[in-house]
Formats: sequence, C-alpha cells, structure tokens
Amino acid sequence: MQVRVQDAAFDAGAELNAFSAEVKGAGAIVSFTGVVRDVAAGLKHMQIEHYPGMTEQAIVKIAGEAVARWSLSDVLVIHRYGDLSPGAPIMMVATAAPHRADAFAAADFLMDYLKSRAPFWKKEVTSKGADWVEAKTADEDALRRWD
Amino acid sequence: MQVLYFAWVRERIGLPREVIDTKAATVAELVAELRAKDARYDAAFGDVSALRVALDQDLAEFDAPLAGVREVAFFPPMTGG
Repeated sequence: MQVRVQDAAFDAGAELNAFSAEVKGAGAIVSFTGVVRDVAAGLKHMQIEHYPGMTEQAIVKIAGEAVARWSLSDVLVIHRYGDLSPGAPIMMVATAAPHRADAFAAADFLMDYLKSRAPFWKKEVTSKGADWVEAKTADEDALRRWD
Repeated sequence: MQVLYFAWVRERIGLPREVIDTKAATVAELVAELRAKDARYDAAFGDVSALRVALDQDLAEFDAPLAGVREVAFFPPMTGG
C-alpha cells in the first residue's frame, strides 16, 4: 500500500507506470485521476486544505478496508493539497488485483470514501470571490452502497 | 487540550488552533462552553449538524466523552477526492 499526501504536482501517467511495474502477479490494474474542473464563473484556483497527521491516517485506514474487502495485490493513493489550477490533477487512486472486478470495485470504494471521510476541504476561488465547496448528500448516499 | 478548526469553521472563529482548559465531559459540553465564550464561536457552532468532530485524529460523535483526549478538531463535512 502506498499513500502520499503532498502539495507537489504529480504525473499520473508516470505514477501509474511505476505502480504497474512494481506489482507482481496482478492481472488487472484500474486507475482514477481526479482533476480540478473549471466553473462557470471562471476558476482562478482551487484551494485544498487538509488536517496534517489525520489525513494520512484516515487514508491508510480507508485503503486498509479496501485491502481487507477485496483480493488486491496493491493500492496507491496520492492526494494533493494547496492551490491547484484548473486542469491540474488533484488526486489519483490505482488498484491492482488478480481479477478486474476486484480492482474496479476497490477503486470505486476508495473514491467514495476519500471524498467524504478523508479530511480535505476544497475552496473555489473565482473572479467573483471564494466559496467553500459543500458536501453533497449524494456523497453520503454513495457510502451506503458499501454497507 | 488542543482544539483545532478547519475550513469555514477556522475562518469564522478566526484562528486555526488554540489550547483550551476545560472540564467538559463530552464534545457537546465543550461546544456549549465555546459558544458561551464569544459570538464568533456561537456563529461557527450554531448548527452542529453541519459540523464534524475528530478526537485525537479519529472521527467521532458529538456525544463522545473527552476523557484522555488530547486533540479535538472541528470542521465541516469533508470534500476530498
């Protein structure tokens, strides 16, 4: 399991290649990259705040649950904080498994949990001002799929 | 104990962390103490259903006991991913 919380940018393609090269015996690798999307008002940047210490711990716990639940060869989670420009990668997950169903399900689970249970907060800074992104009830509903 | 605030809770209260000397037995009691302290806290904690709490960096409930806890953090629902 590899978990990284960083302000530095990352190259999702290079990260996926490195992850794939290190995994032994996996028949399936799934990856997801979350990117800063533009908004109608014109996004200057996205500020991502986090809770140093708890963040890493929470992600390791979530990744551990995925490992316990599905047959996985390895898991990678990278999540950035700080000021990010539109189009910049925010985070990525990659899962490797003997079979694709486990890799897809685990990546989906990780995304749902990282969204609502890892201590990150997004603020959109536009030409009209700055607003915290509100959590959606759909995000909580998504978690219940895994009960 | 160390009390930390994040995102708009931090902005409303006007500081990221502080040391609070308290005899509060639960998170809810600590919230009541803070609200009585100053209008900024009252504004931040007006609707606790809009807030989350972590005790020693682990998510908890507002009725959780504070015995032995060293770090309490208050923040809005998380928006990662």
